[in-house]
Amino acid sequence: MPSLLEVRDLVTRFYSEGAVIHAVNGVSFSLDTGASMAIVGESGSGKSVTVMSLMRLVRFPPGRIEGGEVIFEERDLLRLSEEEMRRIRGNRIAMIFQDPMTSLNPVLSIGLQMTEGLRAHLGLGERAARDRAAEMLSLVGLPRPKERLDDYPHQFSGGQRQRIMIALALSCNPALLIADEPTTALDVTVQAQIVELIQGLREKLGMAVIWISHNLGLVAGVVDKVAVMYGGHIVEQSPVDELYEHPRHPYTLGLLKAIPKMDGRDQGRLFSIDGMPPDLRRPPESCPFAPRCIYAVDRCRQALPPLDELGAGQSVRCWRADEVAALNVAGAMR
Amino acid sequence: MTTYILRRLLVSIPILLGITVIVFFVASKMPGDAVLAMISTETPQAEDLIKLRRGQLGLDLPLYVQYGRWLWQLLQGNLGYSFQTGESVIDILLARIPATLQLMGTALLIAIVLGVAMGVVSALKQYSRTDYTFTFLGFAGISIPDFFLGMVLVYLLAIQWPLFPTSGISTAGEPYSLVDNLRHLALPALALGLVRTATFMRYTRTSVLEVMNNDYVRTARAKGLSEWLVVVRHILRNALIPVVTVIGLTLPVLFGGSVIIEMIFQWPGIGLMFIGAVTARDSPVIMGYVLFSAVMVQASNLLTDMAYSFLDPRIRYD
Ligand SMILES: Nc1ncnc2c1ncn2[C@@H]1O[C@H](COP(=O)(O)OP(=O)(O)OP(=O)(O)O)[C@@H](O)[C@H]1O
Ligand SMILES: [Mg+2]
Repeated sequence: MPSLLEVRDLVTRFYSEGAVIHAVNGVSFSLDTGASMAIVGESGSGKSVTVMSLMRLVRFPPGRIEGGEVIFEERDLLRLSEEEMRRIRGNRIAMIFQDPMTSLNPVLSIGLQMTEGLRAHLGLGERAARDRAAEMLSLVGLPRPKERLDDYPHQFSGGQRQRIMIALALSCNPALLIADEPTTALDVTVQAQIVELIQGLREKLGMAVIWISHNLGLVAGVVDKVAVMYGGHIVEQSPVDELYEHPRHPYTLGLLKAIPKMDGRDQGRLFSIDGMPPDLRRPPESCPFAPRCIYAVDRCRQALPPLDELGAGQSVRCWRADEVAALNVAGAMR
Repeated sequence: MTTYILRRLLVSIPILLGITVIVFFVASKMPGDAVLAMISTETPQAEDLIKLRRGQLGLDLPLYVQYGRWLWQLLQGNLGYSFQTGESVIDILLARIPATLQLMGTALLIAIVLGVAMGVVSALKQYSRTDYTFTFLGFAGISIPDFFLGMVLVYLLAIQWPLFPTSGISTAGEPYSLVDNLRHLALPALALGLVRTATFMRYTRTSVLEVMNNDYVRTARAKGLSEWLVVVRHILRNALIPVVTVIGLTLPVLFGGSVIIEMIFQWPGIGLMFIGAVTARDSPVIMGYVLFSAVMVQASNLLTDMAYSFLDPRIRYD
């Protein structure tokens, strides 16, 4: 069976103020129908641009998708007309964003914002669309959904708004949901609720989910596999258990150490790996992580390692992956 | 909302009174008076005549008594009588207001439609040739005073290419026809409107550019809406909120501008009347004009606020 989504060598760049920002540099991954994966990585590593590219929401100027394929339901999205792409957005692929406070239009009622997609994609009339919207709102656990359709975003709390965004995203029954840090802007207590809500709906509705997160710990329980991004590359991809037990890339190791402990406050917003993220305006020919890598040797500073397939769905982009894994096992036993 | 409007109306009463007081006393400080403006001082019996007329018009009374009389009349719904013609000021105003409203309304319409449309196109096509052209025109428009633009328009569209008449509201001696009226309207309305077009365009452009980058616009696109819906419903709806305020604030300026434009184009509105009244020191007419324009400005402020709360559900007056 072909996968639901197959991304190959995706390249996206931004052209701003005379500089070229190499935001996504040949990203490949795939996702099966109904499966779920996480994309993790520090700020600026290209997670959002990757998924925005899948939906072709990168706008020129300043950004442009410059290469690769995005095969979704057996069609290359990058080759569709704008009109055909529009029929996929919000319909077959839906997206929820980081900040629920700004993701809803402040001057339009929730009802209008929820029904406009339903009317465009499913051809529903006003009444039917409102009924469906209310049904979705009750599915995400919003009380008195029918009455609240006429309310405006400022009349809801942050958590409620994110529920509304989820209801909105799922209303056309998408095959793929992209959740770009849907919990980052929320209270810690609400974060887990939202993750659970999406996970529950995924099981109920059978859609695939791509989670983007800073906080691997938060989504580890609900994903099948994890792709780790660094400097616009996927540096390691692995089934989630495998990633925890046998991390291969030094950067993944750092990430795992940065997972906030369950003893309370969330300190995982930014990973604490020494050094600066790479300058995407001048991407190195070599391994982008080398300057910050404690395992780096000369070869790392000379050439970009290829993405090595290790079998069992694991792949890694590191010259010293084997040694790192061995050292790490040794370290864990110490 | 109703209480809010009532409160605003109540507050506007002292404001209007204050304006009339100030204008009344400032106008009285202008050199000369209505009688001197009318009578040639060369005539032999000038002295007596002047005294007599001043007495008749009440100009020999102390200023505060004169103002009191004016106010008392006003409370009875009477704005007094023109010193020059003896006509009722209300009648004069009523006869001339339609012409001014036609001129200002058309100018405002030109400015809003053109300004908003150009601003939106300019923003959506940021850094394109169209954008640069519009931006240049906008700067030119903002830096040119409207009377000068009026003269340029006269030179181009009335003298070089005699397309439009340059004075009056219709051709004298001919029966009224709408086409004829509109041809007369073209130049003064353009002169008055184009400068404002530039202002509205710049505000619209800035506002659209700002709104365009909002997260909810991305959400709208991610829903798969047509670009038209994204622009009109999600971008414009938000971007026009600050523009509405600017339009509201423009009205007083438009009143000032229309005085000069009416003079240049001999447009028989209240602006032209006002200039005549100032020259003749015809204070009842001056006061009538001031009161009317002050009421209009107050009304437009109130309308702006209401439009604001209509456009933005986060704003509620009570
Ligand atoms: N509109 C844009 N114009 C110019 N550069 C951009 C634009 N959007 C993204 N970039 C650049 O692309 C790179 C990747 O950004 P991206 O938003 O994908 O990061 P991210 O991994 O999602 O980070 P975060 O965790 O902070 O959301 C960054 O260097 C960013 O500066
Ligand atoms: Mg992001």
